[in-house]
Amino acid sequence: MVVLENTPSAVLVVAVGVLVSVGVYLLLERSLTRVLLGFVLVGNGVNLTLLLAGGRAGSAPIIGTAPDGEPMSDPLAQAMILTSIVIALALSAFVLAMAYRSFQLGGHDEVADDVEDRRIARLAAANAPAYTDLDAEGSDQTLDEEAAEVHDDVEAGGQPDGSGEGGAR
Amino acid sequence: MTWGVHSLVPLPVLLPLFAAGLTLALHRYTRVQRVVSTTALAATTVASALLLVAADQGPVVVDVGGWAAPVGIPLVADRLSALMLTVSGAIMLCVLLYSMGQGVAGESDVEGRAVEVVPVAIYHPTYLVLAAGVSNAFLSGDLFNLYVGFEILLAASFVLLTLGGTGERIRAGSVYVVVSLVSSLLFLSAVALVYAATGTVNIAQVAQRLPDVDPTVSLGLQLLLLLAFGIKAAIFPLSAWLPDSYPTAPAPVTAVFAGLLTKVGVYSVIRTQTVLFGDQPLVDRVLLVLALATMLVGILGAVAQDDVKRLLSFTLVSHIGFMIFGIAMASEAGTAAAIFYVVHHITVQTTLFLVVGLVERRGGSTSLERLGGLARVAPGLAILFFVPAMSLVGIPPLSGFLGKVGLLTEGARLGTPLTWALVVGSVLTSLLTLYAVVKAWNKAFWQTPPEEVVQRPDDAARLPRGMVGPTAALVAAGVALTVVAGPLYAYAERAAATSMDGTTYVDAVFPGGAERGTGHSDEVTEGGDDS
Repeated sequence: MVVLENTPSAVLVVAVGVLVSVGVYLLLERSLTRVLLGFVLVGNGVNLTLLLAGGRAGSAPIIGTAPDGEPMSDPLAQAMILTSIVIALALSAFVLAMAYRSFQLGGHDEVADDVEDRRIARLAAANAPAYTDLDAEGSDQTLDEEAAEVHDDVEAGGQPDGSGEGGAR
Repeated sequence: MTWGVHSLVPLPVLLPLFAAGLTLALHRYTRVQRVVSTTALAATTVASALLLVAADQGPVVVDVGGWAAPVGIPLVADRLSALMLTVSGAIMLCVLLYSMGQGVAGESDVEGRAVEVVPVAIYHPTYLVLAAGVSNAFLSGDLFNLYVGFEILLAASFVLLTLGGTGERIRAGSVYVVVSLVSSLLFLSAVALVYAATGTVNIAQVAQRLPDVDPTVSLGLQLLLLLAFGIKAAIFPLSAWLPDSYPTAPAPVTAVFAGLLTKVGVYSVIRTQTVLFGDQPLVDRVLLVLALATMLVGILGAVAQDDVKRLLSFTLVSHIGFMIFGIAMASEAGTAAAIFYVVHHITVQTTLFLVVGLVERRGGSTSLERLGGLARVAPGLAILFFVPAMSLVGIPPLSGFLGKVGLLTEGARLGTPLTWALVVGSVLTSLLTLYAVVKAWNKAFWQTPPEEVVQRPDDAARLPRGMVGPTAALVAAGVALTVVAGPLYAYAERAAATSMDGTTYVDAVFPGGAERGTGHSDEVTEGGDDS
């Protein structure tokens, strides 16, 4: 039985490295289009890794067609790459549609911050009540004072995680 | 090929997929669509329940397409898979009924904005594809097929999460989609590296060959797989995406995501840690620390929230920590407790999100600032919230208590400083969970009802029976978990034993020894007795 040599080819290894590093750089961007490009690049890098995992190229993997003594390529790696290409196609289409929708709605395709999360963080910083207290409706004065203080905290501190007075009280 | 109980194995994948195509073709006929998807999911649940019984005699294996295991792709229904399948099937059916109940009345609007107008034409096919993906992930005996299962359910979840394409959902969806894509890439590269290291992606064969692989390489593979699954399961440093993206989706979608999708990740972690890699003390210790961090960070996040949906999303993250705790103890009792906890948590978390959907319908909001007095205006709703909330906290005799007792007992039995820290952390987390849900209870169900809640027009305030029915059924199922806890816990223990012994799974896939792979199987295999 002829065994395929499976030392990886250096060119492919370098190509995987380049594709993945460029892709990761793009994935860290805020714009969905760039994220998509990053996804496609890393995806191709991973596909090449699969190809590398299958060993070196040989003749076509069909029994009876390979000349005697010549090893056949590993067909499983290629089947897996094919599947993952198809999946990547579908996912890319979805991300493109989402980026376009985001552009339609906001005029850009950047991933926005979670507003609710920011609000909670600011509340935590200010240590303020997060609701209108129905029981304390009569004592307007204290609520007002508190609200004013909170306002000052936010204006002065500005930092969502600033503990300062809020924590001390 | 012969017919037998193994013929049931592909059904949980095939039935929903087939029904998805059918419902897409019949998108003009809403009523037919409903019948088709309900029937498909009900049949899936029945098939899974039959598998649950059959798998107790030993794993049921089917070689897809008649190609024997190392060459073909096996579907394996062992106890763990069958249990997960049954629970997920039942949950998906209930949520489907709920969403259909919601769809009917969903056209009416609250405060001038349309709530949850589900575009029915694509909702049913997508939901069914999601079911097929989840089943495929649970059944797969092949790492690459597991990846495909993940992709199926992710693609469907992308569509469901961004239903309607409103600004808020697109924003939340972007985060979810990008994070999911990254985790898929990590998983795929892990598959590639496993293939490079062992020359196979069949889970049983990988398990056989891994002991021969250099331990450092094996550790690297394990960590890469855990990283990919950790993102899906929302384990602490990888959990920030979850509370950000889940709450904006329609209530039934959030419910099914919260209940099932993270648990698919947890299931994969169990498989990786038991069948594939076995006992790795270093990794177990790392997982224990992460479990503690997941519990505490998650629940502290929940305490700060004032929106019920976000609060529940944070408790979801926090309670993933309990399951990881069980898995990381790497003992049969620990894994058994984790499996029981998964079953409990799928049921309870889904129920809570469905109840929040009802609260949103009745009170017009999920913000604790604007809700109030619901216990007075809708006492039934209050009961529906209270029971699963207490089960989540772990008040005896509800199922959450039983799961936690299992985890804590095992943690105390092992008695290392780290497991004791986890035990203390678990109790603290439970107390903080109690604080969080009691806060929600106080603000949403007690207090004087605000005028907007009292004076809502009758048709908006009336809760459709189609929504209340499935929710009540799930609450009852959650309570029933306590009633059947004895047999269920015993089943979880047997499932853990099957997973931990490392040979049952492999022997079931390769009944004639590992070198069976001629690429041709005369007969579909069925596992023998594993006692």
